[in-house]
Amino acid sequence: MSKTLLGKLRSGLKKTRDRLTSGIVRVVTGKGKIDEELLEELEGTFLQTDMGVKMTSRLIESVREFAKTERRLDKDLLLQRLERDVAEALGPEPVLLNVSASPPTVILVVGVNGTGKTTTIAKLAKTFAEDGKKALVAACDTFRAAAIEQLAILAERAGASIVKHKHGADAAAVAFDAAEASTARGMDFLIIDTAGRLHTKVNLMEEIKKVQRVIAKKIPGAPHEVLLVLDATTGQNSLQQAKMFHDTLGLTGIVMAKLDGTAKGGILLAIRQELDIPIKFVGIGENLDDLEPFVPSDFAQALFT
Amino acid sequence: MFDGLTARLQGAFRKIAGYTRLSESNIAEAVREVRLALLEADVNYKVVKDFIEGVKEKAVGREALRAVLPGQQLIKIVHDDLVELMGGVAREMDLSSSPAVIMLVGLQGSGKTTTAAKLARRFKKKGRNPLLVPCDTKRAAAVEQLLALGRQFGETVFEPGDGTDAVKIAANSVKYARDQGFDTVILDTAGRLHIDDELMNELRAMKKRLSPREVLLVADAMTGQDAVNIASAFDEVLDISGAILTKLDGDTRGGAALSIKAVSGKPIKFVGVGEKVDDLELFHPDRMATRILGMGDVVTLVEKAQEVMDQEQAEELQRKLRKHGLDLEDYLTQMQSVRKMGSLDSVLKMMPGFDQLKGLAPAEEELKRVEAIIQSMTPVERRNPRILDGSRKRRIATGSGTSVQEVNRLLKGFEQAKKVIKKMGKFQKGLMKVGGFSWQ
Repeated sequence: MSKTLLGKLRSGLKKTRDRLTSGIVRVVTGKGKIDEELLEELEGTFLQTDMGVKMTSRLIESVREFAKTERRLDKDLLLQRLERDVAEALGPEPVLLNVSASPPTVILVVGVNGTGKTTTIAKLAKTFAEDGKKALVAACDTFRAAAIEQLAILAERAGASIVKHKHGADAAAVAFDAAEASTARGMDFLIIDTAGRLHTKVNLMEEIKKVQRVIAKKIPGAPHEVLLVLDATTGQNSLQQAKMFHDTLGLTGIVMAKLDGTAKGGILLAIRQELDIPIKFVGIGENLDDLEPFVPSDFAQALFT
Repeated sequence: MFDGLTARLQGAFRKIAGYTRLSESNIAEAVREVRLALLEADVNYKVVKDFIEGVKEKAVGREALRAVLPGQQLIKIVHDDLVELMGGVAREMDLSSSPAVIMLVGLQGSGKTTTAAKLARRFKKKGRNPLLVPCDTKRAAAVEQLLALGRQFGETVFEPGDGTDAVKIAANSVKYARDQGFDTVILDTAGRLHIDDELMNELRAMKKRLSPREVLLVADAMTGQDAVNIASAFDEVLDISGAILTKLDGDTRGGAALSIKAVSGKPIKFVGVGEKVDDLELFHPDRMATRILGMGDVVTLVEKAQEVMDQEQAEELQRKLRKHGLDLEDYLTQMQSVRKMGSLDSVLKMMPGFDQLKGLAPAEEELKRVEAIIQSMTPVERRNPRILDGSRKRRIATGSGTSVQEVNRLLKGFEQAKKVIKKMGKFQKGLMKVGGFSWQ
């Protein structure tokens, strides 16, 4: 990853970093040793990143281990250790987008309502366009009022073409047409927008399966990516979302949107621990350029340094 | 998650059952489990800390109540405290001026526009004449979204023109409302981060100019630890009058409700419980407390149940509920036996996970007709309603003095109940634990 990209990710995660660092620094400053009081304060700092109870206990255990070997409390050593723990929990290397050898590469984008699917799609489309690739977006959110119009506007801004039907149309039919159009027009990428749906709604989850089946039938090997968009503001429920969407569709990756607020996205650690789904992108702003590849070591570093 | 939480709490309470009184040491473990449960429900860390302190104090202070099991006593203290913290009784809105202006504010994707349409519907039902105003000139097609919702549900939406000044649009709309006789103005503002000073200032200016009766923070029920930062930032800038919690129809425990109330001191007024325009309900702190704890109103259920059933009957009922192949005979028996405990709805509501069944059971006065219909079926038909074709249904309708439509409605309700019960297979295990615990 280039220096500039890393810098950008850091600035997007700056609030997280500031908070955690200042939290940890504040907590450990002036303390000579690791005692129960300090551990409790550290616990609070971890919990507030939304990493969850399990992950927090793991990190606290690690600090306890650390305390056994280190007589004197070295702030920097402690930070290094925590950073290493987080990087370990997030898995080894960045996982790139799975690009099909025979285009189009089909990307199905799913998630609950309001997480940022449509914006993420526009950001992806822009990335492809800037790379000189031809991208087509499919407006399969035929449910929400003006979702089609929103995608049309964003697609134009991103330099992608669009296949759309009317509001209320069958999402699978839109996907079918888009698959056909993307092959006929020699597209490099087909990105499919879907209606937001709570993972607990069985009938809606079935509907999205149908979209997946239609694409698979039309383009062998597709969809090559099934990306779940999560909202960084969401707490422990993100784990449930990931589990249920994964059960239904077999996710290939996660996009964490809205990491530019004060929410810290610590739930990614829990998700990575419980499910074998790589985190592929993070959204760190409202501009179409504000999508970055997720690099575990950078995320860990941005959290603790 | 549900199972884990329920089981964990039941486990925690069981550990302290058997003691004759509560002391700091014998509730320590249970209190710790409650703390974990609240954290897993996304209640903010600091809010949990304060809450736990309060519970501890009360629990140790109320040793005298020895007639009740310590576990039950603690359930009640935790539950009552949660209810109290979340605001006591549900409150309606202040719409005393004309036009009454309501501002909806919140983060991107929290559900402001959908909520605006739901509110308009609610006002209309109450005989008011609402005007929806799209003030989100920022997000692509946001104005179009509200206009489309208006067309879809027959609500009037203010035409904002080409301007991008949200404050101006809002001011124009209020003037328009006054001229055209709209008594309620709902301002749908652009989603924004609470740390975006420029946009927060825009909201401040809008509020200053229009003096809205209500400034409501629309927040996603799934919000995590950050709920406290969001609520306090919006409250600081706008002095909000309350909050609306959206997307509560998922499986989130909704700890954000507690966090928002705790840091802002402002009540949660409504909850969004579905994608349909009617899916907006008044906020009930007691239901929310139950939900956050994830264990149903166990104590009340025990008290009610003990009056009318013995343990054997209860287990039989649960066994049948659990059985996937529920048939119409079971359906009828259950309704009759459960009716003794009060309305089926009220009983189901008290059982963890069973709130989904609410509304699926026939009303009291319908029960007689249901009985008549089922009794007009042959035993084979009761066990396998699928074989009911047109001519069988006509025979049953004639025999029971009802209509084919009513027979169909009953079958539909039964199928739905069956589906829900099947889906809730995993909840049943939790229920058995509750049962085992309750009657110990």
